[in-house]
Amino acid sequence: MVDSYRWLPPSLKGYFEAMQVPAPVAPPWTPVTKPLSQLRIALVTTAGINVRGVEPPFDYEGERARPDWGDPTFRILPHDLVQDQVQTGHLHINNDDIDRDVNVALPITRMLEFEAAGVIGSLAPTNYSFMGYQPDTTEWRKTYAPEVARRMTAEGVDAVLLTPV
Amino acid sequence: MHALAHTFEAAGLSTVVVNMMPVWGRRFGTPRTLGVEFPFGHPIGLPDEPALQTRVVRAALDLLVTAAPPPPVVADFPEAWPGDFDHWKRAWHPAEPSPIILWLREQAAQRARERG
Repeated sequence: MVDSYRWLPPSLKGYFEAMQVPAPVAPPWTPVTKPLSQLRIALVTTAGINVRGVEPPFDYEGERARPDWGDPTFRILPHDLVQDQVQTGHLHINNDDIDRDVNVALPITRMLEFEAAGVIGSLAPTNYSFMGYQPDTTEWRKTYAPEVARRMTAEGVDAVLLTPV
Repeated sequence: MHALAHTFEAAGLSTVVVNMMPVWGRRFGTPRTLGVEFPFGHPIGLPDEPALQTRVVRAALDLLVTAAPPPPVVADFPEAWPGDFDHWKRAWHPAEPSPIILWLREQAAQRARERG
């Protein structure tokens, strides 16, 4: 079984295991009703990526000023995103490998290959990044995740591949 | 991440999460989770290793279409991280500690000073 704590300092394992979380109550479940080869799939990462020069980076200065706050907004990542456009800045990971090959966190090239091979129906025209350090997810749940869901539905998205970092 | 997955599912979008900490999939009730024992920042694998990346993404897509309720459904990607453990245990961290870590360290130092 995958060890969720393998890469963390041992002290953090106890911290996370002791953390109280609400018991999951009937998680929502949308069944997949088409074959994989007919699905339009969107990518959503929490790697804190923006398209350089098109949208601003996430508010990392705000997080430095308020360490218990993380920028809850999202950025748009088109399906023809190229590596030179990828701007990172997440303060909780080493971003070097995402700067080198975005596919380690946002597998956009792999999905386009699957689309070309007919494995999936299509990669959505628009994909999304959030920034995953969110001590309070209220704004995600109330505002930004519903907004992304509306945009994906408008683009005919059937399913979402999420990649937290 | 579960907040995003739950919102998308409730809006009629099926989801699958590739997570380096699949324990959260179980504890928060994320609908479909593929656990990968990879260092943080690398849910899909190593840079410029398209074969590994393809296997991870394909495993997630297969889980998306084969997982049967009730949620949470958690499956493991069977491959070990191909890199050196001692190197990567350090290498995934940011060069500078995150603001919350710096703040917690300052708080601890303050308490130590107050204790004299």
